[in-house]
Amino acid sequence: MLKSSILAAVSAASLLLGAAGAFAQAPKAGGALQVVVTPEPPGLMLGLTQNGPTQMIASNIYESLLRYDEKLNPMPSLAKSWEVSPDQTVYTFKLQDGATWHDGKPFTADDVVFSLDVFLREVHPRWRQIANNQVKAIEKVDDLTVRITTKQPFGPFLLSQEAASAPMVPKHIYAGTDYRANPMNATPIGTGPMKFKEWRKGSYVLLAKNEAYWDKGRPYLDEMYFQFIPDAASRAIAYETGKVDVLTGGSVEIFDVARLAKLPNTCVTTKGWEMFSPLAWITPNVKNGILGNKQFRQAMMYAIDRDFGKDVIWSGYGKVATGPITSKTKFYSADVPTYKFDPKKAKELVAASGYKGETIRFLGLPYGETWARWAEAVKQNFEDVGIKMEIVSTDVPGWTQRVSNFDFDLTFNFLYQYGDPAIGVGRSYVTSNIVKGNPFGNVGQYSNPEVDALFAEAAIAPAEKRQELYTKVQKILVDELPLLWLLEMDFPTVSRCNVKDLVTTAIGVNDSAKNVWKQ
Amino acid sequence: MIAFLASRLVKGVVVLLAIAVLNFALIRAAPGDPATVMAGEAGAADAQFVEQLRVRFGLDRPILEQLGIYLKGIVTLDLGYSYRQNRSVASLIGDRLPATLLLTGTAFVISLALGTLFGALAAARVGRISDSLITTGALLFYATPLFWVALMSQIVFSLKLGLVPNVGYETIGAGYTGLARVLDIGHHLILPAVTLGLFFTALYARMMRASMLEVAGADFVRTARAKGVAPGSITRRHVARNAILPVVTLAGLQAGQIVGGAILTETVFAWPGIGRLMFEALAQRDYQLLLGVFFCSSAMVVLFNLVTDVIYRLVDPRIEVGA
Repeated sequence: MLKSSILAAVSAASLLLGAAGAFAQAPKAGGALQVVVTPEPPGLMLGLTQNGPTQMIASNIYESLLRYDEKLNPMPSLAKSWEVSPDQTVYTFKLQDGATWHDGKPFTADDVVFSLDVFLREVHPRWRQIANNQVKAIEKVDDLTVRITTKQPFGPFLLSQEAASAPMVPKHIYAGTDYRANPMNATPIGTGPMKFKEWRKGSYVLLAKNEAYWDKGRPYLDEMYFQFIPDAASRAIAYETGKVDVLTGGSVEIFDVARLAKLPNTCVTTKGWEMFSPLAWITPNVKNGILGNKQFRQAMMYAIDRDFGKDVIWSGYGKVATGPITSKTKFYSADVPTYKFDPKKAKELVAASGYKGETIRFLGLPYGETWARWAEAVKQNFEDVGIKMEIVSTDVPGWTQRVSNFDFDLTFNFLYQYGDPAIGVGRSYVTSNIVKGNPFGNVGQYSNPEVDALFAEAAIAPAEKRQELYTKVQKILVDELPLLWLLEMDFPTVSRCNVKDLVTTAIGVNDSAKNVWKQ
Repeated sequence: MIAFLASRLVKGVVVLLAIAVLNFALIRAAPGDPATVMAGEAGAADAQFVEQLRVRFGLDRPILEQLGIYLKGIVTLDLGYSYRQNRSVASLIGDRLPATLLLTGTAFVISLALGTLFGALAAARVGRISDSLITTGALLFYATPLFWVALMSQIVFSLKLGLVPNVGYETIGAGYTGLARVLDIGHHLILPAVTLGLFFTALYARMMRASMLEVAGADFVRTARAKGVAPGSITRRHVARNAILPVVTLAGLQAGQIVGGAILTETVFAWPGIGRLMFEALAQRDYQLLLGVFFCSSAMVVLFNLVTDVIYRLVDPRIEVGA
C-alpha cells in the first residue's frame, strides 16, 4: 500500500530534478503569458465542456486529483498521496491541506464525492462510463480523505483522474442546481493556480494569479491571456510580430510550424501529448458493400503511402502507426502484421476482393488545409491501384452528423487514446459502441465477438495479465483492419524559448501552467 | 411623405417577419445541430450527453413549436438565448456592435469619400494618365480577393515594416485608458478598415466615373456648356449631382450591411465584430444567435433602403417619394 505513494513521490521528485537539472536556473516569478487558443471555446466550466480550447484555458482554473508525467505515472495534484489495496479495488486518496476554492471556501472530501459521484456522473460522458460500470462506491472517510471502491480491478483507474477527465467542481456552488443553467458557469470557480478574471468575447480570456494557491510558491506567472485569432495564417503572423508567446498544438498549419521553428528565440516541442496520443486513421464503413471485404481493406492499406503522408503532408511530424494502440499508450505491441507501401500487392488484393469499380465516397475531415491535402494524396494512391474515390466535403457540423449516423463510405478521424486502451481505444472497435448519434463510437460498425471479449476482459484483468490480452487483440485487429491507421500524430507547441517549463506533464499545454515562468 | 413612410414601415415589418421564417427554415435545412456540434468538440460523447444538450437547447420539441416560440420572441423584440454561450442573443450582439460599427462605419466613410472623389477626378480627366491610374487601381482592388489583400497587408505592413499591429482590436494586456486607448484602437483599426474600404472605394470610383461620363454627354450639360457656364461649376452642379444617384443606391446597400459586419475582414484581422460572431454561430449551428444576427442585419437593410429612398428625393427633387 505504501509502495505506490512512495513511487508517486519519487516520480514527482525526479520530474522536478529533470526540469531543474538541465539548466540549474531558479524560476523567476512575474510576467504575463500570451497564448493562442483556437477556436474560441463555448464555455470555461470544465466539468460541463471538455473540448480542447476549454481545457487549455480551464485546466488552470480547475484541477483534478492527479496529474501525470510523460511516462503516464500519476503525480500528486489535489490528492497529496494515494494508496491502492493489494486486490486493486480500493483507492484511498489523501487530499492537500489548505486547498481552497477561488471564493475562499475550503476544498474538502465533500467536493470530491460530489464531483465524482454526482456532478460528473450526470454530465461527463467519459467519467460516466467508468463511474457507472466500474465504480462501486465513492465515500468520504474524513474531511481530507476519500475512498473509491471499484467493482473489480479496473486497470486504468489511476489514469482516469486527469484534469478534463475528472475535474473537481465546487459542491457549494453546484449542489442542487441545474448545472448547465447555473449562472456561475460564466465566472468559473476552481482550486487551480490561476483565477478567472475576464472574458472579452471574440478577443481573449484573462486569468490572474491565485495568490492563495495551495502549492506554495506557485504559480510564477501574474497573468495569462488566451487570445482568439480565427485565421491560421494571421495567428502565425501574430507570433512573428511578437503579439503572442505560445502557439498551442494545432493552432497553426503544420507547414507553418517548420517555418516558424527557424525563427530566433523560438522553441518547438512535440512533448506533452503522451496522455492523449492522437491517432489518425481512415474509417471504412464495413456495412457498405466492398468495404466489408477484408481483402479490400488490406488492399487500401497497402495502397496508401503513409510515409508520404507523414513526411510531406505533416511536414515530418508524427510516426507512422502500426495498429490500434499508439506506441505512447500503455500495452502497445509491435508484434503485429505490417503493411508496407506496396501498390502491386494492393492491385492483386483489389482484384481478389471482387471490386467492380464502384466509386467510393470519402468524407473529408473539415479541420483545415492539411487534412484536405491528405485526402487528395489518398485519392491519388487509391486511383493508382484502380480504386475509384470521390472526395465529399462538408463543414464540421455536417461531418459530425454524417459520421454519427454512419452516412459515409470512408472518412478520416483522429481520436485521443487517454493513456490506456480501456479508455480511449476499445471504444472504436467494440460492438456495444455501435450506436447512432455518437461520432466517437464504433462508427465503422466493425463487429467481432472475440475482439469484444478481449477488450472487456483486458479492462478488468489483473495488471500483469493485461499486456497478453491487448497483444492478442492488436494482432487480430491489424489483420482485419476495422480501421486504416495512418499516423500517430504530433501537435507541436511553438513558443518563445524564454518561456520555461511550458510542457512538464503528459498533457502539456492542456495542463495548468503552474510551473511556467518567463526568463 | 408621412403616408409614404408609414406604408413603407408596415411593408418593412411584413418583409422582416417573412425573412425571419425563411431564415429559420434555411438554418434547419443545414446538416447537424448545436448539440451534435458540441458533442463533436468534446472529443468523447454518448447518446445521453447529446440528449441532455438537446433538451436544454429546446431542440427536442416539435419544429413548428420551436418556430412559434421564435416568432413570439421576435414580435416582442426578444431575440432569444444562446445556450451554447449561455447568454442572451441581444447582449452577445450588443457586445460586438461597437467594434463592428467602428470598422464598417470607418470603411464606409473612407470608401464613399475617396470613391466618389477618385471617380469624379477620373471622369474629369478621362483618357489622361491620372484617369488610367485610377481606373487600373480600382479594377485591381475590385478584382483582388479581400482575403488575399488582407493577408498581404499583414505581411507587408505588420511583419515586414512593423508599422501597425496585424490582428486584434486593442493591445491585449496593455491596460490603456482614455486617449491612449482610443489611439491604440485607432492603430489597430487602420489595416482592417483600409482593407475593407479599398474594395468599396474601387466600387464607388468605378460607378462614379461611369455615371459621370454618361451624364457628361447629356443634352442639358451641352446646353450649360453652350451657355458659357464654367467647367468646374458644370462638373459640380450639373454632372456630379446627377451622377451621384447610382452611388447613393450602392451606398444604401453598403450602409445596410454596416451592422452585419464584414465576415472576411473580421476573421482575418481577428476583429471582435458581428461578422465573426455570425460566422462562428453558423459553424457551431448556434441557431438562436445566428437568427438574431440575421434579423438585425435584415432590419438594417430594410431601414437603409428606406433612408436611401428619402435621400434620392433630397438629391434629386424630381423623384417622387410616393411613387
